Amino acid sequence: MKLSEPLTQHFLASVFGVLAIASITGFILRKTAKSEGAQSTVRNLNARINSWWIMVVILIGTLMAGSTASALVFALISFLALREFITATPTRHADHRSLFAAFFLVLPYQYWLVYTKWYGMFTIMIPVYAFVVLPIIMVLRGDATDFLERAARTQWGLMVCVYFISHIPMMLHLPFPHLPLGNEGLILFFIIVVQGSDVLQYVWGKLCGRHPIAPTLSPKKTWEGLIGGVLSASLLGAALHWLTPCKAWQAFVMAFILCVLGFFGGLVLSAIKRARGIKDWGTLIEGHGGMMDRMDSLCFSAPLYFHLLSYFFHA
Amino acid sequence: MLRSASVFLTKLITGVNPVWVDCQQHSDKLRVYFANHGSHLDFATLWAALPHAMRERTRPVAARDYWGRTKLTRAIAVGMFNSLLIAREGITRQDNPIEQMAVAMRAGHSLILFPEGTRSFDGVIGTFKAGLYHLAAKVPEAELVPVYLQNLNRILPKGHLLPIPLISSVVFGAPMQLEPGERKTDFLNRTRDAVLNLMPHAHQ
Repeated sequence: MKLSEPLTQHFLASVFGVLAIASITGFILRKTAKSEGAQSTVRNLNARINSWWIMVVILIGTLMAGSTASALVFALISFLALREFITATPTRHADHRSLFAAFFLVLPYQYWLVYTKWYGMFTIMIPVYAFVVLPIIMVLRGDATDFLERAARTQWGLMVCVYFISHIPMMLHLPFPHLPLGNEGLILFFIIVVQGSDVLQYVWGKLCGRHPIAPTLSPKKTWEGLIGGVLSASLLGAALHWLTPCKAWQAFVMAFILCVLGFFGGLVLSAIKRARGIKDWGTLIEGHGGMMDRMDSLCFSAPLYFHLLSYFFHA
Repeated sequence: MLRSASVFLTKLITGVNPVWVDCQQHSDKLRVYFANHGSHLDFATLWAALPHAMRERTRPVAARDYWGRTKLTRAIAVGMFNSLLIAREGITRQDNPIEQMAVAMRAGHSLILFPEGTRSFDGVIGTFKAGLYHLAAKVPEAELVPVYLQNLNRILPKGHLLPIPLISSVVFGAPMQLEPGERKTDFLNRTRDAVLNLMPHAHQ
């Protein structure tokens, strides 16, 4: 992906064009919103759109800066996500050393494996070796209270926030030599489709959402939002198929699977938040909540996208 | 320079997020911020959470037998944070911590005080020592601001040297005062309850 290529320029012009349309829409809604409730919704919408500008600029800048920069930026994203995850779960005094190892040994090593492209170790380091070593560090402190729960929480945090997210920069090392925007296009397709699905579910839900799917977990998610959002995001995926090795219908199916999985990722992490009595994971991204509030759908779909690409389309 | 660097470093480690509940950030009055105590990061974090102008005239109160031990600990406590070091034991007429705190306040400084007197091991807030009561009686014009420090005992617990990077928050509550004729134990219970009431519900 080079800024000098016309295709890149057109692509970026479209992305920023969509953001500009969103900002103009937000501006018009701000002028027309009457009731206090509508104004508050529009304020949140505009905060979300402003944050989208920042996130898109960071993402595109990162991808243009190359695979090392991508590994570093996604390592930082994992770090911020894990920080929110562990902050929100109860820990005990005896977990201090194993959590230190999770943040400062396991996380950097996983992204070192991305950087060095050691795929074999990349796939097993957290599910096997971190799984074995962290409970050993924990058990040395001699505190058996809630031991399984504590070990499981740390492992979950690492799987969701580090292992899953690390698949995104690893996509840059998949062997596809002839993609028009390079492997960066694979990541752009993935993020645009899955995040687009989140946004479109929100829009469809606001426009015609009636029937809640899981009122006890996430009251704002509706059937109308889910179906409208996933189908329109899948169409978006079909339109963007040229970024990937897929044909249009294959990209539609791929996008559909990723969006459904992304939806369930959001639902699973909502259940964790609900159990802890919190609404958002943090306050980092204005209008959205924390890093994990934005990454939840990507976490659950990233490994599958990676595997589908390498299994069905290996060059 | 060193002070702004330590503010930045503290905010980086503790991700601190100040929350002001029924309490103005700025006040011309003398204040005593009193908080729960579970970590070495407590006073740096509370201090860093204050607005710059308030921070400049606020001094943490720290134990001399601990922070006055070596040149290094003294340099951190006094040089960096402008702490007032007081005796926890062996108090005499010449070495009276209440009198020293009152002198610092008469010189225009607000104070940060941890009335439990020592760091809690497990995050449970212990009983308050009498110092806060005697200080409130001696400097009755001061606003007593209850502060709840969240997660710092998880970031850097007692007995550990290396912090883990969780997100903390500092919750400031409504200013209080010693009521006329209020008994010591009633006052100490009331101030401790004020800190407990600032605890977010998810963590109770």
